[in-house]
Amino acid sequence: MVQIIRTPQVHDVVVIGSGAGGGTAVKVLTDLGLQVTLLEAGPMLNPQKDFKEHVLPYEVDHRGAGEHAELYFHRQQWGYFNAPNGYWNIPGEPYTVAPGSQFEWFRSRILGGRTNHYGRISLRFSDYDFKPYSTDGLGDDWPVTYDEIAPYYDKAEGFMGVTGTKEGIRSAPDGNFLPPIPPRVHEILIQKASHKLGIPCIPSRMAMLTKSIHGRAACHYCGQCGRGCRTASAFSSSQAMIFPAMKTGKLTVITGAMARELLTDERGRIKAVSYVDKASRSEKQIRCRAVVVAASACESARLLLNSKSPRFPNGVANTSGVVGRYLTDTVGNGLSGRIPALAGLPRHNSDGIGGMHLYMPWWLYDKKNKEFPRGYHIEIGGGFGMPQIGTFHGECRMHEGYGRALKEKIREDYGTLVGFAGRGEMIPNEHSYCEIDPGKVDQWGIPVLRFHWRWSDHEIKMARHMNETFAALIETMGGKVIGLKNPERESEGISIGGTIIHEAGTVRMGNDPKTSALNRFCQAHDVPNLFVADAAPFVSNPDKNVTLSIVAFAWRTSEYLAEEMRKGNV
Amino acid sequence: MSKNTPDVSRRDLLRGLGVSMTLTTAGVQVVSAQDAGHVHHAVRAEKTERGDYKPKCFTAHEYETLRRLAELIMPADEQSGSALDAGAPEFIDFLASRNDELAAIYTGGIAWLDAQMRRRYAKAFVDAEPGQQTAMLDLIAYRRNESPELNPGIQFFTWARNMVVDAYFTSKMGMDYVGFMGNGAVSHFSVPREAVEYALKRSPFASEA
Repeated sequence: MVQIIRTPQVHDVVVIGSGAGGGTAVKVLTDLGLQVTLLEAGPMLNPQKDFKEHVLPYEVDHRGAGEHAELYFHRQQWGYFNAPNGYWNIPGEPYTVAPGSQFEWFRSRILGGRTNHYGRISLRFSDYDFKPYSTDGLGDDWPVTYDEIAPYYDKAEGFMGVTGTKEGIRSAPDGNFLPPIPPRVHEILIQKASHKLGIPCIPSRMAMLTKSIHGRAACHYCGQCGRGCRTASAFSSSQAMIFPAMKTGKLTVITGAMARELLTDERGRIKAVSYVDKASRSEKQIRCRAVVVAASACESARLLLNSKSPRFPNGVANTSGVVGRYLTDTVGNGLSGRIPALAGLPRHNSDGIGGMHLYMPWWLYDKKNKEFPRGYHIEIGGGFGMPQIGTFHGECRMHEGYGRALKEKIREDYGTLVGFAGRGEMIPNEHSYCEIDPGKVDQWGIPVLRFHWRWSDHEIKMARHMNETFAALIETMGGKVIGLKNPERESEGISIGGTIIHEAGTVRMGNDPKTSALNRFCQAHDVPNLFVADAAPFVSNPDKNVTLSIVAFAWRTSEYLAEEMRKGNV
Repeated sequence: MSKNTPDVSRRDLLRGLGVSMTLTTAGVQVVSAQDAGHVHHAVRAEKTERGDYKPKCFTAHEYETLRRLAELIMPADEQSGSALDAGAPEFIDFLASRNDELAAIYTGGIAWLDAQMRRRYAKAFVDAEPGQQTAMLDLIAYRRNESPELNPGIQFFTWARNMVVDAYFTSKMGMDYVGFMGNGAVSHFSVPREAVEYALKRSPFASEA
């Protein structure tokens, strides 16, 4: 890269990353009249072309197994029909894992990032989630309270569109909900079992439109949200936030732009973003008044750590040394069961919205002397799903044989499977973090991340509790446990770090600049025109799936940034 | 072979299309885009049934063996066709032509099967009597028969069964057979009351209803 191309004009704000956080920043900042430039490392999204919504397996020769039968050899990174947005391994962009650690990093490379495919489960953090240290003496309290962020949850839900009902449950704060969706047959049975065991089971809170809002069509209930939604009835930052912002004339989107480094001036403020234009393999610089980093928790930490200067020898905004530390993912465990009461169930369309129509929020938050701190919620699956490659391998293995008997057994079993997935809170620990690998760069010459990971006893015990709860639910329904739901993603009964794709905490916020990188508005303590707007600022990783909170915090951060710019402070 | 000739199945589909356009489920109009798609793909499936598919990977003998295996693993019955009708051999041949590891599993497996059949019956698998073919499959279709002698066959049959079952149930025919009714576009989602009652009645919660 011999020549570096610098833009002559100074942009108001450069946003790095186009997922939930970047999309929100783009929306809020352009709404407030600022000129924004968005850098996305992947390509532009074209939903009509890229999403495989409604495509049936037999419409493609390989039926979803992949052009080279990858699925059969466990080499398929991402389901063929899923929204095309990222991978566990990106060619030319490696990461490393320290000896003795196990961690898998999912990265998205397309406009909208993981919001094109994600589960759309939209749960508010509870009041106690912002005060974990005060509650049990572990971790740290947030510099923000529930009451301070609640108005932004209202805004986020109002804009995204989230189903739900007001329940008055402390672990599931009520919000600004669209109508809920009726439970499916298996979910009605699960709810009865749940109530028998004293576990609340309530309408799910999902970012799918049970009625039309903001010009987005109401859901047509095909249940394929994970493939990407052509009608934008399931929320994605690309379709709901970025495409509309592009029409305002206030947004410039640069795709194929891999951020390399944030460049600071003599006062220690960000003056430009250096990025690799992947198409031309050339380095470019874009000057700006402020930058919002929302590249995903670990990618954002990587960018800060790689932005070294004499003033910031450990990376920009890292005087505290916490960048990359406090890495968490969600604790995952799954179990499936076969429910005889569902055998021969009259056939009907059970698609609904993609994913669960009911869920179980954490219910033991007031219990004293638990075996583990914090808690988890339970997600549920089942129904008459579209048959796919592999759908009946379990039946083949269980029944064996061949011929008419096997054919009939598969039909009898169809729709009798239910699945439970626990999603629990991990407590940050000193053994789980990411750092720059001193010996490796990617194909763009950017030093890569090295991951360190260890679950503590807290998480292992929680995962065991999940499994026991799921078995009890299955048995209470009169069913039979048939084994780990997703065994290749679990080792010793707990998910492999990173595989739930809820990374958080790597650029954490706090009131003390010695122990945090960002202040309570996610503004760097060291650098007043640098903001972070993904899950990296999160002080803890409650059992509530991070996306809704990313949107709420990014919204608040963006409003604060616009106001500071108006006042001339940034 | 399926008892349905291609023309009949196409006519049925077209008739079904007309029906679903006027039929309402719980008062909700079912959008017909998917059904239109079905007709398109049924036409494509007919071409397959007429036998204009040329194997890309397997020899004529291997392909014949695969066709017979598909028929034996997922046979036709009064209600639906076989995996042969559902395009299983084409599916496997297509993928094997693009994956050498997969091709070797099938060419090796079929050669093993023929060698066993010649030893037992002095005939290749496809040339043997149906009773001889099923006697062989009865040995390799179950893990309880694992032995150094049979293991290659058991491993091969596990692959063949999984992929034939996949091909069958991801076809229009297989989806109809299990009763998949989704992939539509509807204005409301509702669950049939009789389905809820059916499950509750058979569940441990029957007395609560």
